[in-house]
Parts: sequence; structure tokens; C-alpha cells
Amino acid sequence: MSGYIPNTSAEQQEMLRESGFSGFDDLYRDVPESVRLKKPLNLPGASSELEVRRELERLAAENTVYRHVFRGAGAYRHYIPAIVDEVTGKEEFRTAYTPYQAEISQGVLQSIFEYQTDICELTGLDAANASVYDGATAAAEACEMCRDRKRSRVLVSACVDPKIVSVVRTYSFGRDAEVTLVPEKDGVTDMEALASLLGDDVACLLIQHPNYYGDLEDMRAAADLVHGAGAKLIASVNPTSLAVLPAPGEYGADVAVGDGQPLGLPLSWGGPYVGFMAATEKMMRKLPGRIVGQTTDCDGKRAFVLTLQAREQHIRREKASSNICSNEALCAMRVAVYLAAMGPEGLRQAAVQSSSKAHYLCEKLEEAGFVRAYKGCEFFHEFVTDSPRSSELLAALKAEGILGGLPLDDHRILWCATEMNTREEIDMVAAIAKEVSRS
Amino acid sequence: MKLIFERSREGRGTAYLPACDVPERLPAGELRKAPLRLAQVPETEVDRHYSELAQQTHGVNKGFYPLGSCTMKYNPAVNEYAASLPGFTDIHPLQDADSVKGAEELCSRLERYLAEITGMDAVTLQPAAGAHGEFTGLLLIKAYHRACGNTARKKIIVPDSAHGTNPASASMAGFDVVSIASDAHGCVDLDALRAAVGEDTAGLMLTNPNTVGLFDPNILEITRIVHEAGGLCYYDGANLNAVMGIARPGDMGFDVVHVNLHKTFSTPHGGGGPGSGPVGCRQFLARFLPHTGGAESIGDVRSFGGNFLVAVKAFAYILSIGAEGVPLAASNAVLNANYMRVKLADVYPMAYDTVCMHEFVMSLEKLHHETGVSALDVAKAMLDHGIHPPTMYFPLIVHEALMVEPTETETKETLDDAIAILRGIRDAAQADPASMHEMPLHTPVRRLDEVGAARNPVIKYAF
Repeated sequence: MSGYIPNTSAEQQEMLRESGFSGFDDLYRDVPESVRLKKPLNLPGASSELEVRRELERLAAENTVYRHVFRGAGAYRHYIPAIVDEVTGKEEFRTAYTPYQAEISQGVLQSIFEYQTDICELTGLDAANASVYDGATAAAEACEMCRDRKRSRVLVSACVDPKIVSVVRTYSFGRDAEVTLVPEKDGVTDMEALASLLGDDVACLLIQHPNYYGDLEDMRAAADLVHGAGAKLIASVNPTSLAVLPAPGEYGADVAVGDGQPLGLPLSWGGPYVGFMAATEKMMRKLPGRIVGQTTDCDGKRAFVLTLQAREQHIRREKASSNICSNEALCAMRVAVYLAAMGPEGLRQAAVQSSSKAHYLCEKLEEAGFVRAYKGCEFFHEFVTDSPRSSELLAALKAEGILGGLPLDDHRILWCATEMNTREEIDMVAAIAKEVSRS
Repeated sequence: MKLIFERSREGRGTAYLPACDVPERLPAGELRKAPLRLAQVPETEVDRHYSELAQQTHGVNKGFYPLGSCTMKYNPAVNEYAASLPGFTDIHPLQDADSVKGAEELCSRLERYLAEITGMDAVTLQPAAGAHGEFTGLLLIKAYHRACGNTARKKIIVPDSAHGTNPASASMAGFDVVSIASDAHGCVDLDALRAAVGEDTAGLMLTNPNTVGLFDPNILEITRIVHEAGGLCYYDGANLNAVMGIARPGDMGFDVVHVNLHKTFSTPHGGGGPGSGPVGCRQFLARFLPHTGGAESIGDVRSFGGNFLVAVKAFAYILSIGAEGVPLAASNAVLNANYMRVKLADVYPMAYDTVCMHEFVMSLEKLHHETGVSALDVAKAMLDHGIHPPTMYFPLIVHEALMVEPTETETKETLDDAIAILRGIRDAAQADPASMHEMPLHTPVRRLDEVGAARNPVIKYAF
């Protein structure tokens, strides 16, 4: 039977009869004739599973899976322990809905509670939600958390990933609120410009650390300036980096957001990913979306349940803190399983190796004539080179099956390295770069 | 059961990475000083921990899940296989276009299929969920009125039976929400609609079939009234499963539509996500769609092109069931709902006792009044029978509501069993109402102190 419909035609007819209908048409008696579709849908005919597999395998084979990847810019290839797929492939987790009925959803609820704890630990903040769609929507929602009637203008550093800026602008278009870019200076946020832009109409500063160019910002200086003006600091952070870089809570961020993709999610051509959000206790009730809390059942047993729902759309309707309903629960579980498997030492290793290999790559590229831009800045696992031979280098790498860094324009390339890149691979890139420089 | 942090022992764990083959280098400057108390557990413990959690989770794989408005249909295995192919999972979103031709083809075909099913001209796959699609669609409406120089159109009309996301999305898109009452049949009150529309109307948001499970027979008149007032019509595709291949939102007069791939198109819900909420629109709105790079585009509603792996699953589903399978799925969903409705109506009064679409709403007001047994009690009693309860207390216009959506992928025996269980619960409620407040008895945990959870929020582990 097509359509995964288990009942046979005879059974369907019997059910129609038993419920008093003359036929399928009779079920649609309320649908006016004039809106009924009179012709078959213009779609392909039904396919057997074997045919579906063949077609999907054909499409998958039309994509190039690069063995060597030096591109990040918001999507990072890290090692994913096999246990992550094993656990999140479990059908109970995969096929459950949002855990509305806590008595039969403790598995999902507890896993979210553990995920919330992980996010609080990583960010050094007090309260995390159960996830939002991705890092960019997390940033946009965070701006919303900070806005009020008096303070509605949002400052966004020009060194924030342009994709995130675009989403913040879209959400702000919705709210009819203003977004002002704080200019970049030498690869980081221009702190003098920031100081001059702050005013009593400013709700917050959204700043990325490490920023889009991979450079480390002076987060303490940003926090001091922003707080001095009575505004909030939103830190958009790379979660892998938090194993070695200061937690947002350490430098005074009010809200920390980011994309959890580097923690156990494959590249997947951009999605699904998972946006994490954490805030100070003071701002907990402004967080959007689901939050799981601990409680007890009527026998006194520890249990978990969706809580603080007075913020949410199904209760507050147009006054809700956000419209979000579905989140990225199974992706959040991937993050939790990844962190449980890697542990603090494993995550630290991933961070240290990413940083080390990026620095090694940078050194080798510089030796080959591709000099780093923004030399005054420290970086984590991404950096920018500046060379007139950029497009030639990327083409030469592509010819060797290597996905080079992301071209930012015709001379700058944004590179990324992670623990997945071997020294041998990096040396190969360096050799190709040397060739390109010489030719 | 234990939290993963309670299984943790200092120094335990599994090493997954080789030794670093380059000199170790961290950026100069301040490094992390805060403790990082992630669990330290070996893989065996991780595995057992999550196996235990899985045992305490009810999914469609375990049993019947007639959760109204959520379309908990079977999630076909071949979809998962397709979405796990390395050619889909291991491609970078910023690869050159010539290296992702298969992904591009898949998405453009899926867009075309969804446009055909909804009767729209253009589709975006960028929105990550239904509510995200609503927000996107409303921004198209906002951008359109702006482009027409019409900034006075600030109001979105939403029936009082609507999902909570509708007014919340309208508010996020900067509109004022005008709620209109439903008529005695649970449908749009035409007089109320006529009174509500005017120069300030930006549009109407509607679910059809609506949230009480009825197809609004006045649909063409409704969209005509809104259009004549200069507003646009938004179709919330939450209930598309009832009418796909039978009647198209485009033919009903709608201008913008979102669909939920995780409801109608069989992709799993993942315990709350990831979903996907593609938005379709008529040609005159296409220039405002997100993620096109066009001058009039509303921009981006998230990073990259959307929840691609979810799109892969929905694509596989549409290929599987094909042109003929789409209306067949819809009509069987409607049949299964009506079959259950007819067999329950004598003991559970229906909020609207007429032919329903893919779901129906029972009102337990009378039972509650007579015995003190509430919709919540009945729902909790179902838990002991291995059935996920229907949606409770929604829509808001029905008192003591239970909203039942069986979907087309359930067998007649499953429906018969659920009917028998629901009838049995009703008998028990009358025989011994006090015992009903104690249910469930046999679930991993029993009724929870939700008030306490909200009053003293504990939302992370206390180390």
C-alpha cells in the first residue's frame, strides 16, 4: 500500500460503512466543490523503497564530500564519536513529540535538563533554555530579551558573522527596532566607536568571540563599556573554544548564545543545527522557548517537567517572550551525548588541537607567502590571510580535493582548522600554496 | 534514575582523539579559569544512561500517539537512511555551488512539490519550524504592505481558536493582534470578520481545517472579505494532513502558507525538534522571500538554507507516496478520525458533533461536572495503557477539551483498542471517580508537582 497506510481497501470500506459514510467523498462534504482539486497533483508517481533509495543515493553522489576541509565560517567539522549517532538514533528519542506528558517523557526531559546544565557550565551562566533553531536565531532572540520600551536600539559589532547580522536585522524588522553596526578596526570591534555609540536608548551590544575573522575581542573592555552605559552584553561564542577561552560569565556577559553544531553535529549543508542560549539568573524569565525544571512526583520521586511556561506562546499568546514552539531537541541531545562522551578533557583536547593546528596552518601559509591579516590580534581556530593570489590558491586546492578557506573577497581568505586536520594535510596545503606563490 | 553528572567519577572517560601532531599553541592572553564540570563517564556508562532514558520515553515507535494538531504519523525508516548518507551529512554549507548539485536539485524539487501541494508559486525551505514559518510569512505580508507604501496596515486578525503561535508570531512581526470570536460551529464568524476588517487590516491568519477539526465551509467568502479590505490571507499549515491533494490553500484564496514537514510530511519530531517550516507564497510576494539575496528580500530568518536533513526526509516521503498517495494519506487520516469519533460520541460528547477532518475535539465538561473527573484525569489514565494522550485543554474555546488525531498510519485494531480503552476509562470514571485523580499508577514517574517546579525553578544540576 502506498502512503504507509496499513488498512486494506476492504477494511477502509468497512470503516466507512461502520461510521456511516457512503464513501471517501462523503467525508469531505464540508469542502465546497469550488475549492476541490479537480486534477491529480503534478508530482511523480509513487515509488518503491528500492527506487527511493536509488534516487536519493544518486542525489547524494552528486555532492562532493571533501576529505580535507579548511573551511569554517559558522559550520565546523569536528570529530563526532560513534556513540553520538548510536544514542540519538534511538527511535524513542527520534519519534517522540515535545514532552508535554511528563510521566511518559522523563527520558527526553532529563536529557534536556542535562543539556541545560552543560550549557550553563560551558558559558558560566545561571540559566539555559532547551535550545532554539540555530546560533543566529539565538542571537536575534537574545537581542529581544534585552530590549524594552526605553532601550530598543541594538548595537551589533561589524565583526559578527554576517549571517547572524542578517538574522538579527530580519528579527528587528519584525519588531520595528533599530540595529546599529559598531565598526571594525584592524580585525576587531572598534572600542572607541563603541563608546561613542552607546547611549540611554541602547539595549545591548551583540559581539562575537572569537569573532567572524577568528580574532579574539577584548571582552572585558566591551563589558565595562556596555555596562557603564546601562546596557547588556550578549556574547556570541563558539562552544568548542569555551574549553580554553574564558566563559562568558567570567567577563560579565548577561546573555551567551551560539551554535551547538561543533559539538557533535555533522555539517549537513547547514542544518539542522542547534542554537544555545544562557543568561544570568536575573534574565532567566526572559529566555524564550522551552525550559525543563526539576520537581518531584506524588510519590516524592525526583522528576523533570517543562516549566516557567508563563513566558511561552501557548499560555501568553501575543504577549509571549517568543513564538518558538518546536526547537531542536534531538540536536541538543547530540550536544549532550557528545559532551558526556568527550568529557572535559576530550573537549579540551578538541579545542587545544583546533587552536594548535590553526596556528600551524597559519605559520605554514605565511611561509608560503599568504600573510595573515589583522596581525595584531590573537586568534583561536580561524584566521584571515590577505594575498592577491587567493583565488588561484583556492582553485589549486580544489583540484586536489581540498576545501580551502572561505573567500571573503578577491584577496582575503577565512581559514579554519580543527583536530580533524592532520599535519600531513596542512603540509600539503602549504606545498600547494608555495607552488601558487611561485607560479 | 541518576543524572549523567551523578555517574561521573574524576578521571574517567574515553579518549577519542589521537595525540596532537603539531606543537601545542593556544592564543596568548586570558584563558578560562571557571571550572568546567562536564560529566566524566566511560562510554559504557554513557550508553547505559541513554538506554535507560530511552526506556522512559514514549515515541510513535512504541505506541499510539493521537496528539491532536501534532500529526504523529509513522516516520518511515527509509527517510532516516536517506538523511544519513554522507553525501548529505558531510557537505559544508559554504561549498561552491558546483560541488553540491545533488543537494540543490533535491531542494528545488522539494520546493516545486510543496508549491504544487499548497497551490503556491514559490517556496522557501529556510524556516526551521512551523512558528518560524509563520513569522517568515507574516514578514512577507509586512514587506508587501510597506512596498505598497501602506504603513497603516498594522493589524492581523486571528480567530480565538488559533494556535498560540499565531498571535505570538504576529506580535514578533510587529503587528497588533485582533482576536475574533468563532461562531457556534467553531468556524469563523463572518459578521465578526466583516466588522474586524478595514483600512488597518494587514491580513488574516487561519488554519483550515481549523483547530476544532472542521473544514470551514465559508472559506472562499472569508478570503474574499479579507482581500476586499486590502488584507492578505495566511494559511497555517498545521492541519494540512487532512486536505493535501484534496483541496489546496492556494485555491481557497490564501496568499502565504507554511507547512510543517515534521507533521504532514512524516519527518520525526525528535522530542521537540528539529522540524522544518517551509513557506510558500503567490508570485507577487516571491520577491520578498528570505535567503534570496534580492534587494527586496526580508533577509535571512536563520543561518544557511534551512534544516536540510529534514528536507531530505520529507523529499523521500513524497517520492515514496507519490501523486496518488498524497490524497490517499489525507483521506485515510480523515477516515480514521471519523471512525474513532463515531465510536466514542455516545460516551464522550463531541464539541461539534459533525463530520470532522483529521482530528476531533471531545468536551469532558459534563463528565467533569458530574463526577469531578477532568480531561486531565482521563488523559493521565490513558498513560497506564501505553497510549499517549490527546492534546489537552486546546483549543481554548472548548472546555475540558481533548483533541484526538489518530493519523492515517494506524491500523483499525489500534483504533479499536484505543476506543475500548477510552470507553473503559469513562466507565471507571463513573464507577469510582476518586481513583481517577490518582492515575497514572504504572508509569516511570507519577503526577508531578508542576506548581513547585515553576515556583522554585531548579533548571540545572547543583554540583
